[in-house]
Amino acid sequence: MNRVENTFRILAGVLAALLAVGPFLPQWMLFLITVSFGKGLVVLGLMLLLRTGLVSFGQGLYYCLGAYTVGSLGLALGVKDAFLSLFSGALAAAVLAFILGFLLANYRGIFFAMLSLAFSMILYGLLVKTALLGSTDGFNISVPTFLSLNVSGRWVRYAVYSLASVVIFLAALGLNRYSKTAMGRLSPAIKDNELRVEYMGASVRRAIHIKYVIAATLAGMGGALTAVTVGHIDPELAYWTTSGEFVFITILGGTGSVLAPFLGALIFESIRSFAYEYSPTTWQMVLGAALLLVIFFLPSGLWSVFKTRPKGA
Amino acid sequence: MIDILTVLVDGLLYSSWLFIIAVGLTLIYGVMKILNMAHGSLYALGAYMAASLAGSWLGHGYAPLGSYAMLALAAVIVGLVMGPLIERGLLRFMYGKDEILLLIVTFALFLILEDVIKLIWGVDPFFISEPYGLLGSLDFAGLSYPAYNLIMIGVSLATGLGLIWVLQYTRQGKLLLAVIHDQEMSQAMGIKVNRFYLITFTIGAMLAAIGGAFTAPTVSVVPGMGVEVIVLAFAVVVIGGLGSLPGAALGALIVGLVRSAAVHYLPEIELFSIYLVMAMVLLLKPQGLFSSVEARKI
Repeated sequence: MNRVENTFRILAGVLAALLAVGPFLPQWMLFLITVSFGKGLVVLGLMLLLRTGLVSFGQGLYYCLGAYTVGSLGLALGVKDAFLSLFSGALAAAVLAFILGFLLANYRGIFFAMLSLAFSMILYGLLVKTALLGSTDGFNISVPTFLSLNVSGRWVRYAVYSLASVVIFLAALGLNRYSKTAMGRLSPAIKDNELRVEYMGASVRRAIHIKYVIAATLAGMGGALTAVTVGHIDPELAYWTTSGEFVFITILGGTGSVLAPFLGALIFESIRSFAYEYSPTTWQMVLGAALLLVIFFLPSGLWSVFKTRPKGA
Repeated sequence: MIDILTVLVDGLLYSSWLFIIAVGLTLIYGVMKILNMAHGSLYALGAYMAASLAGSWLGHGYAPLGSYAMLALAAVIVGLVMGPLIERGLLRFMYGKDEILLLIVTFALFLILEDVIKLIWGVDPFFISEPYGLLGSLDFAGLSYPAYNLIMIGVSLATGLGLIWVLQYTRQGKLLLAVIHDQEMSQAMGIKVNRFYLITFTIGAMLAAIGGAFTAPTVSVVPGMGVEVIVLAFAVVVIGGLGSLPGAALGALIVGLVRSAAVHYLPEIELFSIYLVMAMVLLLKPQGLFSSVEARKI
């Protein structure tokens, strides 16, 4: 049995399990899982960049842009449809990433990291000063609708959760397939040695540009999903510490599997909701310490603990 | 014309502050190739320490002018404690690793230090405004400025000129230049590179703390005050070229003047004018204004 098919089965299994279990979960848990999936989408994109040897400390830019696109469409045109929201959030992020990509594809290492950070801070600065969009307070987003389906009451949360499950299924599967294509296989090559990739006739700049747009699209969709789920957005989404969180989850999960980002995000969100409750002043410290432990002892992320296959098999 | 003069003076004052917070960052990067994300936390530590020390100094009723010495002392303490602790306890295990991994390590450090501050000083704000008003104010071009600003400018000039003097005219400084130029070769020549790393990081931490300590009287010292500083300092440093001292000075001047112009003429864009300048500089000169072309190493 080949591995691509194997991944499909695992992902389909996860999707089926998620959809089946959903109706029996309490509302708060549906909420927690959906928000985690939103963040997981961002992290999935970051994982793609990390596989290419790039770390972005500014994915909050697209996360926030996705969320604000949903919010603005709701304000201006009264769009409430969840499908349309996710799509428009992703599209807006993709367009912006396509433009910024021309600049960012020239940079590597800390320059790439910090420049993307600066861009996210530009958006933050803009939003904070935009009274129309609620400045620092942000604004609320109305309860989503689902095409012409009649969803109401406690089922709204389940509907969003199901939509999120399907979206992450498609995204994870798509990224897995993508990593098997010629363009996808350039990632580890670029990470190892850019010069050789150029010698072989591939354009590193173009490859990075494409991957950057993919990562941003995922982040935009994640932001849109978060906006639809939480029902409130504010400029904090673009602040650099939000982006730092995503980097944290990416390192935590590692680059080993397309499921790792979602599992990582789920663990992160669960720990956070409890930590906020019990030790609000030390929980960042715990995060920092965990991050150091992972870097020192599990350089390929938590996922490597579950991995039975030897590397490169 | 008074407008332009105001913009210039405000810009210069802001620049001197920016230079103090950025110079430690560029020093550490220049020598160790570490972009220290915890720089802002060291800044905050300096501010808290200064608030505590100067606060208790004034609380005991000693001569108010001595509170300035307390500010400096706070920075020295933070530098001497945190510098070696971080360098020996954490960073030395990471030398030779990818720059980006070191960035993430210092991000972890940032997360930890932010909470350490909350644990030690709690979450309530501190105010230590007495040193700010102590010197009265100066009239200049029809406007009055607190004389405390002179101290900021003095500290900023002293650190900049002091660093240049050490690097250019002392034996240790010249050795450090050798380490910056070629770490392996200088090690082969018998320079104790690790010791220079320790000293550099300690001085860099101290500079961050100086920035915080001397800012403390002008603001309320609150949790999270260092979070924005790292981004600002990075913008300043990157405009001039990472690792360059004159670059940091020029970057501080540009950012300071741009922000002050934005505040006066277009307040809506104040927050992001800085990053806009940074993006434009990088667009034209990707390595920053003061940087030499580096040979590509395969």
